[in-house]
Amino acid sequence: MRKILLALTFLAIIIITAISVMKSDIYYPPKVVDLKEKYSAAEKPTVDHSKFAILDQHFDKPQDVTEACVTCHNTRDQEIMQSSHWNWERPEYIEGRGIVYLGKKNAVNNFCIGTQTNEQACAKCHIGFGMSEEGFTFTDKANIDCMVCHDNSGTYIKAQNKSGYPDPALNLNEIAQHIGKPTRDNCGVCHFFGGGGNNVKHGDLEMSMFTPDRSIDVHMAVEGANLICVDCHTTENHQMKGKIYSLSSMNVNRSTCEQCHTETPHEDNILNEHTIKVACQTCHIPAYAKANSTKMYWDWSTAGKLKDGKPYTEEDSLGNHTYMSIKGSFEWGNNLTPDYVWFNGTADHYLLGDEIKDTTKPLVLNQLHGAYGDFNSKIIPVKIHKAKQIYDPVNKLLIQPHLWDEKKGEGAYWVDFNWNEASEYGMSRIGLPYSGEYDFIETEMYWPINHMVAPKEESLSCESCHSRENSRLANLTDFYMPGRDYNSYVEFFGKLIIILTLLGVLTHGAIRVFIAKKNNKAGN
Amino acid sequence: MKQVYIYRSFERFWHWTQAFLIFFLGLTGFEIHASISFFGFENAVKYHNIAAYALLILIVFAIFWHFTTGEWKQYLPTFKNLKSQIDFYLLGIFRNAPHPTKKTVLSKLNPLQRLTYLGLKLLVIPIMVISGLFYMFYRYPQGQGMATINIESLEIIAVIHTLGAFLLIAFVVAHIYLITTGHTILSNLKAMITGYEELEDDDHEKESKVNKEVKLETNN
Repeated sequence: MRKILLALTFLAIIIITAISVMKSDIYYPPKVVDLKEKYSAAEKPTVDHSKFAILDQHFDKPQDVTEACVTCHNTRDQEIMQSSHWNWERPEYIEGRGIVYLGKKNAVNNFCIGTQTNEQACAKCHIGFGMSEEGFTFTDKANIDCMVCHDNSGTYIKAQNKSGYPDPALNLNEIAQHIGKPTRDNCGVCHFFGGGGNNVKHGDLEMSMFTPDRSIDVHMAVEGANLICVDCHTTENHQMKGKIYSLSSMNVNRSTCEQCHTETPHEDNILNEHTIKVACQTCHIPAYAKANSTKMYWDWSTAGKLKDGKPYTEEDSLGNHTYMSIKGSFEWGNNLTPDYVWFNGTADHYLLGDEIKDTTKPLVLNQLHGAYGDFNSKIIPVKIHKAKQIYDPVNKLLIQPHLWDEKKGEGAYWVDFNWNEASEYGMSRIGLPYSGEYDFIETEMYWPINHMVAPKEESLSCESCHSRENSRLANLTDFYMPGRDYNSYVEFFGKLIIILTLLGVLTHGAIRVFIAKKNNKAGN
Repeated sequence: MKQVYIYRSFERFWHWTQAFLIFFLGLTGFEIHASISFFGFENAVKYHNIAAYALLILIVFAIFWHFTTGEWKQYLPTFKNLKSQIDFYLLGIFRNAPHPTKKTVLSKLNPLQRLTYLGLKLLVIPIMVISGLFYMFYRYPQGQGMATINIESLEIIAVIHTLGAFLLIAFVVAHIYLITTGHTILSNLKAMITGYEELEDDDHEKESKVNKEVKLETNN
């Protein structure tokens, strides 16, 4: 009895010590409760704009509103003029290229391709008035559109194809008196509809996020934390944190989960260690395009078909365009599982004028850099948007076509449906050669998925990646992952030695039993 | 034949705890390896780590015990009788020939067992412990400030650890079978449970003396 007690006590000591060794690194992650409390406090505006006499007037043109704003906010215009929202470009260091000024002004993507020669239409999402093909003064502060970001009346809207000017029917007086911090509506009106429709581009930014529920986005959920965009994309002097890698190249000024949650937010140390190599988004955004479809494939080569000489559109059962004469054919997807890539925060881009080295392979327009062995790299979820877009097979250049114009006969593809003229016009405007021949090339873009964070009970489980079959990381083969990987020689040798041992003891045992029986009989 | 107290309480405790821990580590380990599915990956990792620490602590005590009691000498290899021991397992056992090595308190192991257990203690267990510790404290390449140990890849550690696990399974299979080759099928098992085993009593006096001393020791 005493021995049993001793043994049990000893056993208990061993187990308790083992568990306490495991738990010795006691760590208290930041409490979500505290974060919730911090963000639940309603912000009170310090001034009431409806009480200012200067705003209580009839504004003939939107520039007059801006003039009124800067009478008080008399240095803000300079801040705006240094922002990429205004300049549509930003200095980026790209390895092997040096400093490149990159932005909507000159970038090429595989949606509507590029803004150049189409400025008047694209400027619907520029924070200014009067951007046009003929040239735009980025130095005239009166052209800053304060209202598009700061209108809290919910009525401000920019007009279609009017160089960034607002709808002329708006009551600018009313809007000027209801100015405040940007809401989800202000940001979403551009960022949810990029690429010519809801959720076309990002997949994780779309109109369901104007008033999302918890299952769409746990942070922005109206019945939850109800965060707005600028709670995370914190802004100082109109310089916003965060950017998208369709236009960015450097690992700076990123808006991150760690801003609030730190790099080690889990109670479990093993999970915390994952954050060295796995981005938060990888486990916490199990799916994107959860409410509405996002565009996955855009084939420009089928554009231009007309019915009775007129352009037409076709839709699928969910109301997504599957064909548009002006744009070609599309494929959509919803509730999608992201792809996963290594990413160290830097990217390279196809810049207009770059020679395409291999026209047989899909051309990656924004190559995200990263690898397991690179200590800045983490695994991130991405949407890969594929397309077939126009290029010059002789000069091996992507073509910036002229797409939009007010009138016929200007070479705009969306009006005249002539690729040759659209290419001729577009390429000559940007100062690049065009051989007179065009074809279509497969291209790919990588869109990091950062939004639509799921409630924690929906985040990925270990087996989502640590499994032999259907591992979400099946394509990332540059490292060994327990549960997914094994060495086939060890597996074979290990099983062989167990089988041989088993066979050995079974044979040996069988002979013993056989002889014992024989001896028994003989004995009888 | 005489009942002899051959396995002392700590020895038995150590044996069975180690047996359980190795079984449990195998179960959880092969779940982490995705060969089986039982606790779920997350729990398997958690339990595997706890059991690993428990085994480490047990090993520290066992080493201490081996040296303070002089029991480590049991594992000194000998080639005397090695051939006759092999002959016994291959032939003699089927003819009911007597065990060629006499089991006594001072020499519990036959030459084959000595070699096997020495290999287990000096090779397989250390390899498993060391690769296991590397596995546990392994950090990703240059893991920013959390770098305890920097190794280029987990692969080599994992491969060694897995190989060791396969060898241990093979050992356990052979071990469980070979304990049935005592005087009777269950006499070895009974001895490891109760501590007493019927041994041939040609060194009767000497053994009972040792036996008494041992009993005194364990009663303290």
